[in-house]
Amino acid sequence: MANKVGARIKRKEDPRLLTGNGYFSDDIQLPGMLHAAILRSPHAHAMIKSINVEKALEAPGVVAIYTGKDLEGKIGRIPSSWLIPGSNLKEAPQYPLAIDRVRYVGDGVVLVIAEDRYGVRDVLDLIEVDYELLPVSVRQKEAMQGNAPLVHDDIENNIAFHWKAGEVPDEEIENAEVVVRESFNVQRVAPSPIETRAAIGQYNPGNGELTLWCTSQNPHIHRMVLSEVLNISEAKLRVIAPDIGGGFGGKIGVYPDEALIGYAARDLKQPVKWIEERNEHFSAANHGRDEIIDVELAGTRDGKLTAIRVKNTANMGAYLSTFGPGVPTIDFGLMITGAYDIPKAACETFGVYTNTTPTDAYRGAGKPESTYQIERMIDLFAREIGMDPVEFRRKNFAKKEDFPYTNAQGLVYDSGDYEKPLNKALEILDYKKLRAEQEALRKEGKLIGIGFSTYVELCGFGPSAVAGAIGFQGGVWENATIRVHPSGKVTVFSGTSPHGQGHNTTFSQVVSDKLGIPLEDIEFVFSDTKAVSMGWGTYGSRSVAVGGGAISIAADRIIEKAKKIAAHELETSVEDIDFEDGVFKISGVPGMERKFVDIAKSANYAWNLPEGVEPALEAQAFFDPENFVYPFGTHIVVAEVDKDTGQIELKRYVAVDDVGRVINPLTSEGQVHGGIAQGVGQAMWEGIVYSDQGQLLSGSFMDYTMPKARFFPTIETAFTETLSPVNQLGAKGIGETGTTASIAAVMNAVVDALQPYGVTDVEMPLTPEKIWNIIQTGGENNDTI
Amino acid sequence: MEEVNVTVKINGKERSAKVEPRMLLTHFIRDGLSLTGTHIGCDTSQCGSCSVMVDGHVVKSCTLLAVQVDGSEIITVEGLGTVENLHPMQKAFWEEHGLQCGYCTPGVMMAAIGLLQENPEPSDEEIREGLEGVICRCTGYQFIVSAVKHAAKLMAAENQVVGEGR
Repeated sequence: MANKVGARIKRKEDPRLLTGNGYFSDDIQLPGMLHAAILRSPHAHAMIKSINVEKALEAPGVVAIYTGKDLEGKIGRIPSSWLIPGSNLKEAPQYPLAIDRVRYVGDGVVLVIAEDRYGVRDVLDLIEVDYELLPVSVRQKEAMQGNAPLVHDDIENNIAFHWKAGEVPDEEIENAEVVVRESFNVQRVAPSPIETRAAIGQYNPGNGELTLWCTSQNPHIHRMVLSEVLNISEAKLRVIAPDIGGGFGGKIGVYPDEALIGYAARDLKQPVKWIEERNEHFSAANHGRDEIIDVELAGTRDGKLTAIRVKNTANMGAYLSTFGPGVPTIDFGLMITGAYDIPKAACETFGVYTNTTPTDAYRGAGKPESTYQIERMIDLFAREIGMDPVEFRRKNFAKKEDFPYTNAQGLVYDSGDYEKPLNKALEILDYKKLRAEQEALRKEGKLIGIGFSTYVELCGFGPSAVAGAIGFQGGVWENATIRVHPSGKVTVFSGTSPHGQGHNTTFSQVVSDKLGIPLEDIEFVFSDTKAVSMGWGTYGSRSVAVGGGAISIAADRIIEKAKKIAAHELETSVEDIDFEDGVFKISGVPGMERKFVDIAKSANYAWNLPEGVEPALEAQAFFDPENFVYPFGTHIVVAEVDKDTGQIELKRYVAVDDVGRVINPLTSEGQVHGGIAQGVGQAMWEGIVYSDQGQLLSGSFMDYTMPKARFFPTIETAFTETLSPVNQLGAKGIGETGTTASIAAVMNAVVDALQPYGVTDVEMPLTPEKIWNIIQTGGENNDTI
Repeated sequence: MEEVNVTVKINGKERSAKVEPRMLLTHFIRDGLSLTGTHIGCDTSQCGSCSVMVDGHVVKSCTLLAVQVDGSEIITVEGLGTVENLHPMQKAFWEEHGLQCGYCTPGVMMAAIGLLQENPEPSDEEIREGLEGVICRCTGYQFIVSAVKHAAKLMAAENQVVGEGR
């Protein structure tokens, strides 16, 4: 029975999903259900002179039409929930529909409710909006210039916030033996879950309860924010995230759209369904990244790093979304030294408003960007001083004996041994042999590159006091309740909210080991604010480290109470009771035992409980960890560039991750594969493109390159295990490691492959055209295309 | 808009519904016939989540109108196997962890069945190329490739292509 943790167990959730029995938002059909569609701005920046809905109101099946003016005073502003302190943050008000001015392509203008799904789209075509175009600001560095058009009239230079962290190492940099400088553009990408966003509202006029099903990674955050926006008590607002078809950060945010659907359902007293279309998803759902990162890295000629100075200019889009401000500041700026012991570090970040879709967390949120800049810089520095990139990394790693290690920005890394996964990855790759082969192939004129990424990332949010100190408008603890039924089977209620990660299986493994009961006796309830009292959801690789911690503590409380009952029944003291493999026994006395199932019945029947012990066997835990967790690892990519076509082929991908305790190697590998695909996607193919007028040029899967099966080699994965001291399980986060590590590994490999042309940097994504141009011009155009 | 009657044999059962002539097959299956296992992901026929089998061929059901398939035989994910009796393709996806959120999975499995119909013993490379018409954002594809390879063996052993339906 024991030792489910660490076992390669196939997922409990799969048979349902594999047979068409999943229950996704669009599967919800309610009696009398109406359909919603949102007319969105086709312009990046314009005044709304007038909106004519007369013809639309006469269309068959139309039930209601709302403009921004209609909703004034009825729905509150959609707030940002990460208000970075000390940054003079200026939050521009975002209303559920634009009132007199649209600020990006996709900005909501009119909400239409009609009787059927096709009909409601027809109505959109009958609405006439008279726009007066305004000049636009699209790119963040231009938008900060004094003469740039203002996105919000009262926000000077379009600067939403200016944030600084760390002691500015001016002196160390000016006096350094070696300084390497580079500027990186981490392009805008779209999280793109295959299920788009959705919301379905149902209002019960009898008791005033509003139920909102929506594609949320954190239903309790949706409840908290929307209860204020819609002016409804949290007790009357039930948010349910049914099966969710992927999130990747795109479903963290609380959007105007969900507020609109909740409002309409309550106003019309009829269920309303809104299913986002894919082109709508590209224009109106939050994007990720879009940061220009200028870095200076200083050190000695013999290869010891001394200081780093980073400036991040982040494109926030037209409004500050839910977690948006935290990404290029806290998430990015405190991790700029990566896995390296660099004594002096400073980061300043400008968050800039532009006439584009808002940006928010996307898988890794800030850490892929921080890892990208430091790992690219590490390669550039090593090359500058003529040292092997592996040797250079080793020389500058935070040392194993220094953990818990405090980085220059004041973060305390919980545990780490950075050489361990590096060594394992080198062994898998046979590094020395590969370098020799590379040398030989180069002589034949082939372009082969080897790229490293030795990353560490901050995840597992985290201590709530820290969340408060960094301006996060909420807590980041986690909640779990374990309810033991009279039959001995259990239901676990968790405040995390899965969307593909396999929580049901991994968490069941934890509970099975703890309580000594079979996996199939354990059921989970997630993602329903009426069933689960509180929780903060799933993002930032926090579910196992924080949610798993809460479950583990709740299980201990169950055992503690059950022991009292067992001792009472066996007529002994609690101290004499041992609990192992689901059996309570008196140590050394054969036959004197009670099974978990027996105690479950005793506790629930309550015929004979010890004095002072309450009936039933149920325990709740609220776990607020003392620190974040810091997974780490090494990813290595071998890439070949085709000289004639500029095509890049990834020949090998080796990923060795250390995420502390691996609960389930099968699902862990799955998370690593998926994460890598997204990071490689950013490096090689993906990119949201706006024209200079702010038109969205990549608005569908026809013009946004989503990675497909044939794009990837077989990924060689392995794990090392350095346990975290901050939770019972010793677990760190895994969902984002692949994305965090892979971008730099691919880019370092390709830059290495192009070394014969003297190339030091290439901008992402690595389109064949870009690479071909570099080759054709002998490397002259390498950083400007 | 005047509605027309469409009759299909879907997962072994004859079903009829009145639909607008412009209704897509995918909406007909999901909303008209309440078989919600088939999903919509992109509206432009790129992602393949809506793939079903029509008269023995795998098609993206967002590229056809319901009226075009009047009289056809359709198999959706619900027609492959049941929780108690999984189709070999479903079994293989379960055993090899070929899914995460499970949203694209019904379409991916349909595409894979179409692939194996044409090439019962594909190499890894052929599987990767054969999945060109589908997009999965979660898995990184590696375990999907393993699943299809495993399914090829299971299906050869059972001499089975599509299931009994339910």
